[in-house]
Amino acid sequence: MGLEEKAGDMGIVTTSLETVVNWGRTNAMWPLLFGLACCAIEMMGSQAANYDLSRFGMEINRASPRQADLIIVAGRVSRKMAPVVRRLYDQMSDPKWVIAMGDCASCAGVFNNYAIVQGVDEVVPVDVYVAGCPPRPEALIYGIMQLHEKVKRMRINGELRPLEKREKIYA
Amino acid sequence: MDNATVLERLRGALPTAVENSSESRGELSIFVRRDAIVDVTRFLRDDPTLSYNFLENLCGVDYLGRTPRFEVVYHLLSHKNRHRICLKVGANEGEAVPTLTGLWATANWQEREAYDLMGIPFAGHPGLQRILLPDDWEGHPLRKDVPLGGEEVAFTFNEDQIYAHKPFAKE
Repeated sequence: MGLEEKAGDMGIVTTSLETVVNWGRTNAMWPLLFGLACCAIEMMGSQAANYDLSRFGMEINRASPRQADLIIVAGRVSRKMAPVVRRLYDQMSDPKWVIAMGDCASCAGVFNNYAIVQGVDEVVPVDVYVAGCPPRPEALIYGIMQLHEKVKRMRINGELRPLEKREKIYA
Repeated sequence: MDNATVLERLRGALPTAVENSSESRGELSIFVRRDAIVDVTRFLRDDPTLSYNFLENLCGVDYLGRTPRFEVVYHLLSHKNRHRICLKVGANEGEAVPTLTGLWATANWQEREAYDLMGIPFAGHPGLQRILLPDDWEGHPLRKDVPLGGEEVAFTFNEDQIYAHKPFAKE
């Protein structure tokens, strides 16, 4: 029993190229193998068996930025680490996305001092901020779903389609 | 081994080295003349009955407004006698403290840390460079006269003002 039996006589499906491309991008969005602090533990937790990020085609953490689509900045970024984060981001191939995971990556959290970059958005452009200290895996997965919604709104020329009036930002 | 014996033996061997001493909760603190610190630690290490063989800790302290302004604190441990003592050396701004790298290899990195964060120079150190902060860092951030840094916390009433000055990253 295969899909063709379920789908009946439906031999051809018509859709827009945009939809197919975005479907591919959202369903195989490979994150960079990259963790900075305790948030990375929750990130690993969301990839492990209980939360199982591979449901969304993200089970492979690429160890090379050249093969990654998404960088999850999981943890506080120190001033010494900031050039490294930027370099990794620059090495990723387009299109690429950034999630600032946790309070430290979003706004430095409790570390309002000389050593920590006050939000990773000073170093790389961020698409989704996930609040929490650290965020639970549900929160990270919700953030990823929000990013998927954003990617689905991308036009083929790279512009972002504005939200339609009744469209919910909801995964 | 008790504190009085240690002090007595040290005073007997190097009569001019000890400036002062105090005892708090059973731990002996000895204030040592700055130019005598190498002789004192060598004596404490090599004397067969004392044998303080382990430099547990070496750190700098900033007492802003006091003369001398800085203090370098050494904690020595004798594994043989199961006894611990504390040595302190005063230094003003720019005054170099003799290095202990010739006696303990561990002094190398700990002195670099004290230099990096406090700006205390160590005379005779083989490679006195920054160890924790980036090489191009200006100043020594653990000094008491350095502003705490970071940025003002953004609330709804002042976030526009803060975000107007925040150096957000470009693509």
